[in-house]
Amino acid sequence: MNAVTQSQHTVKLTAIPQALEDPTWVRRGLIFITVGFIFLFLCLPLSVVIIEAFSKGVSAYWDALAQPEAQAAIGLTLLTALATVPLNTVFGITAAWCITRFEFLGKSLLTTLIDLPFSVSPVISGLIFVLLFGAQGWFGSWFAEHDIKIIFAVPGIILATLFITFPFVARELIPLMQEMGSEEEEAALSLGASGWKTFFLITLPNIKWGLLYGVLLCNARAMGEFGAVSVVSGHIRGLTNTLPLHVEVSYNEYDFVGAFASASILAGLAIVTLILKSVLEWKQQRERGY
Amino acid sequence: MKFNTLIKTALFTAGLLLSQATLADRALLNVSYDPTRELYQEFNKEFIKDWKAKTGETVTIQQSHGGAGKQARAVIDGLEADVLTLAITYDIDNISRRARLLPENWQSRLPNKSIPYTSTMVFLVRKGNPKGIKDWDDLVKEGVAVITPNPKTSGGARYNYLAAWAFAEKKYGSKDAAKDFVRKLYKNVPVLDSGARGATTTFLQREIGDVLLTWENEAYLALKELGDGKVDIIVPPTSILAETPVAIVDKVVDKHGTRDLAEAYLNFLYSPTGQKLAAKHFYRPSEPKYADAADIARFPKIERFKVDDVFGGWDNVQKVHFDDEGIFDQIYAP
Repeated sequence: MNAVTQSQHTVKLTAIPQALEDPTWVRRGLIFITVGFIFLFLCLPLSVVIIEAFSKGVSAYWDALAQPEAQAAIGLTLLTALATVPLNTVFGITAAWCITRFEFLGKSLLTTLIDLPFSVSPVISGLIFVLLFGAQGWFGSWFAEHDIKIIFAVPGIILATLFITFPFVARELIPLMQEMGSEEEEAALSLGASGWKTFFLITLPNIKWGLLYGVLLCNARAMGEFGAVSVVSGHIRGLTNTLPLHVEVSYNEYDFVGAFASASILAGLAIVTLILKSVLEWKQQRERGY
Repeated sequence: MKFNTLIKTALFTAGLLLSQATLADRALLNVSYDPTRELYQEFNKEFIKDWKAKTGETVTIQQSHGGAGKQARAVIDGLEADVLTLAITYDIDNISRRARLLPENWQSRLPNKSIPYTSTMVFLVRKGNPKGIKDWDDLVKEGVAVITPNPKTSGGARYNYLAAWAFAEKKYGSKDAAKDFVRKLYKNVPVLDSGARGATTTFLQREIGDVLLTWENEAYLALKELGDGKVDIIVPPTSILAETPVAIVDKVVDKHGTRDLAEAYLNFLYSPTGQKLAAKHFYRPSEPKYADAADIARFPKIERFKVDDVFGGWDNVQKVHFDDEGIFDQIYAP
């Protein structure tokens, strides 16, 4: 017994020195570079946002956020997220289900297409909607005749955001469900459970952390998207400016407190996302047993 | 299910926001170019007060700003502007021709060819003018970094380009010399922003460049807002007459039922209050008598070339200089 522990001990000792072989200055240097990089490119900009936002005091900060235009931008950003995240969640689950549970022609093509919004520049994502629904676009005159506004209005912003964010949930679920396999579901079905029941009682509990993770990322992007939204927004203040666009407008108007106050909300969202993300990752790993 | 609650909340919020939008007062959308932000912020407040006093109706004015060419493009693509207050007549002509939203004779419908105020292009340099920039030919010297936006998207940038061209053609006597001059000038431009305000930010906040070519009003505003002790305005002996037109978009106002409001809005620009505000925000009013004498005294004397005289009108300018394969494309290599 004693000998066994001892031998394990020696194994450990001989295993570690490999990493210890690098001279101290190399290790310290690498650690210093990493920490320095993180400080320079993450912590410093973030603190600039906070410092600038409060540069004229706490009351100026709240005044900037209480402006009707800032309020409208926050409202529109929330509305966009509320409209796109649920839709893309449903889409993501459906797509992941199709791809991991069925065999059909063109499946790999579909998997690739889901990733399309990641590889297309956001500006192009915005422009395609202008080309489709703009007054000179393919369907523009039909919508104009029926007095439906898409581009330079809220629907256009939601459409562009939907397009940009649609891969997030699907991409998170596909590998997860592939790894999971379909044995449990097949067992449930063969025992007489309905399709929905199987989904809610077997599939959903298994994928819940991955799903939440995807939803979280989807939400962060939906609230933070700039490029595509900028193209379809028309920049009407108080009406079609989302929070990221409002940041730009305020900055361009020399309203630095306003710009950075709005930016601080986005930064706050990023931090909350980051924390939730770590929690979800941890939960997911614990559940999967490694 | 939690999920159902989420969807219900989303639909409820959407409904709430939409119903708010439909219940709102009558509104005008003013689509404008970059540097007019501060002018219209104040002007809109005055107009809303005036309209309320005259009719008892409460109205809202919505603003959209950006590079003039970009804004015109957005209106063509369906941005429903009730009124346009843009930087060059060509952009409104373009909206009229391509989207047929207003008649081609729009310029004859308001006084002074629909131009309530004018401006010109000047230089903004670092404090103390370390590079000694006084006139247009100082801009082509080696080691001078010039900031000006992209003439394809920005009205102000077109005026900058044309002012430089007019200067060179007059001084060196030929179009070839002028072309060579602007080629040298744009060689000194490290970055082309899409609008005037973006260029100002590049120059002031990012501190790139030795000289910013910009609207007279934009230069004064920059000085007032944050350039104090950091930059100086240099007024060259010659520049260009920037004629910034306004127009009602007939198809949109008829659809929105806002024609009376839009007409009153633009006429208010020509009123004593409008002219006074224009001068206050460093635009040269078409009726200086209505403005504060002190505001008018701030405008230095400057010889301003007219686009119609030197270049034979905007259609010609566009065709020769700014269309694809035009002179600008030939001389500018990023």
